Amino acid sequence: MITIENLTKRYGGFTAVDDISFEVRPGSVVGFLGPNGAGKSTAMRMMTGLTPPTSGGATLLGQTYRELHNPGRQVGVMLDASAQHPGRTGREVLRVAAVSIGVSRARVEEVLALVGLSDEEAGRRVRNYSLGMRQRLGIAAALLGEPQVLILDEPANGLDPQGIHWMRGLLRRFADGGGTVLLSSHLLHEVQIVADDLVMIGRGRIVAMGSKDELLARGGTTVRSTDDVRLASLLEQADVPVTRAGSGLVVDAEPGVVGRIAADERVVLLELRSGGSEGLEEMFLGLTAATSREGDAA
Amino acid sequence: MSTATLEGRPGVPFSRTLRAELRKMVDTRSGRWMIVVMAAAAALILAGFVIWGPAEDASFRGLVGLATLPLAMLLPIIGVMAATAEWSQRTGLVTFVLEPRRGRVVLAKALAALALAVVVLAAAVAAAALANVVGGTGEWDVSAAIAGGTVLALLVYVLQGVAFGLLFLNTPVAIVSVLVLPTVWSIATTAISSLEDVGRWLNLDTVTGPLFEGRMAGEDWARLVTSAAVWVLLPLAIGTYRVLHREVK
Repeated sequence: MITIENLTKRYGGFTAVDDISFEVRPGSVVGFLGPNGAGKSTAMRMMTGLTPPTSGGATLLGQTYRELHNPGRQVGVMLDASAQHPGRTGREVLRVAAVSIGVSRARVEEVLALVGLSDEEAGRRVRNYSLGMRQRLGIAAALLGEPQVLILDEPANGLDPQGIHWMRGLLRRFADGGGTVLLSSHLLHEVQIVADDLVMIGRGRIVAMGSKDELLARGGTTVRSTDDVRLASLLEQADVPVTRAGSGLVVDAEPGVVGRIAADERVVLLELRSGGSEGLEEMFLGLTAATSREGDAA
Repeated sequence: MSTATLEGRPGVPFSRTLRAELRKMVDTRSGRWMIVVMAAAAALILAGFVIWGPAEDASFRGLVGLATLPLAMLLPIIGVMAATAEWSQRTGLVTFVLEPRRGRVVLAKALAALALAVVVLAAAVAAAALANVVGGTGEWDVSAAIAGGTVLALLVYVLQGVAFGLLFLNTPVAIVSVLVLPTVWSIATTAISSLEDVGRWLNLDTVTGPLFEGRMAGEDWARLVTSAAVWVLLPLAIGTYRVLHREVK
């Protein structure tokens, strides 16, 4: 369980995190989504006691991070996979952490196997690791103490598609076993696949929050037919708001409503689905454009 | 998976933090090389002295003095590296998440650096003993005062390294400062006559002289404490405050 209440961080006149509140329940994966510089990492550092909040706070399993007994056994944290001494081997990184957490060397070998780092790879120095391997090592370190809560900052960054698939399975199993997962990303599709709930932030504020299905449904219904022009006019006649998307239409109604009209008027549908990520993607892109440097330049 | 929180005091037991910090000091090439270089420097100086030096000075005391000469300069670097590692390599993101009570990590680092220094010193003394047997005068003329004084002086230097490391949280800056600043100060106090009096009290190199020679008396202790307070405790206090309050990124 992670509870975040009115968490705020100001640096001088700049507000990096602006009064955010949300909860991550056991058994669920929450995607913390936002463009670069939105305040995700700052928020996660505040949750783990590395950055003092200006106001508000966070509790994990009912306690603030600094109150936790042996935090490594309760909360698995990976904030930056690249923040490792390049001269240590992957196995040594985990062994040092194991000493601090108080778990056995056998557990180190267990998590190495769990994240798919081979014996040879574990013996290599981190300097020679690819970003994907560093991510696996970071996830191994987070899992080392068999925690109940995972806080992962951009864990999919640098993973190949197969690696992302693997991580999705790993986090799903962790949550299905009663674990609590908060993971951040600046890529919508990455998070969309694995998360149950989404918290979207931009410029330090929460701009959208809710279950993934609910947020996706806000995107309306996507429909594509052999004759989109006719379908659009039929929908308009039925007083259903409709907009043209790249290939097809986005309709602000349930798929059933659209399907019935199409069936009645014998329009051949090629595709009909709830929401799709377009709405969310658009919102996310809008957010990115509004807050990113590219947006300023445009 | 249980849903109850682990009961117990915040953080982890200090013994585990200390073990982890000790391990981190010797599990990288740079850490191991530091120790090899220090041992090699002591060994080379000893070998050179035994072969070419004046034979009558090659007593145990003379050889221990020689072997510890490079250590006085190099041991503080162990302290610096222990203190700065979390920040230069950003491993603090892991270390301070596993033990959020940073003061304990700082204490563990200081103790680990001191322990490692004692090991290096023991090796240097063993090498001096060997040199004494092989090519020295064979006199065992190190008094308890000299032995204790040497250990204390070197440990003060190591702690100074830790203090400067914590103060700057940057390895090169801290190493240069710990080597150069005391020397600059030392030159200033001898060159500028008005600083001479201050220098007698606030020059760590001068006040540890009697300590190495095993003839500490009266005011010497007061001078040592004063110098150590300014050159070690003050940066240690400011540096620790910095580490406790700094944002870990």
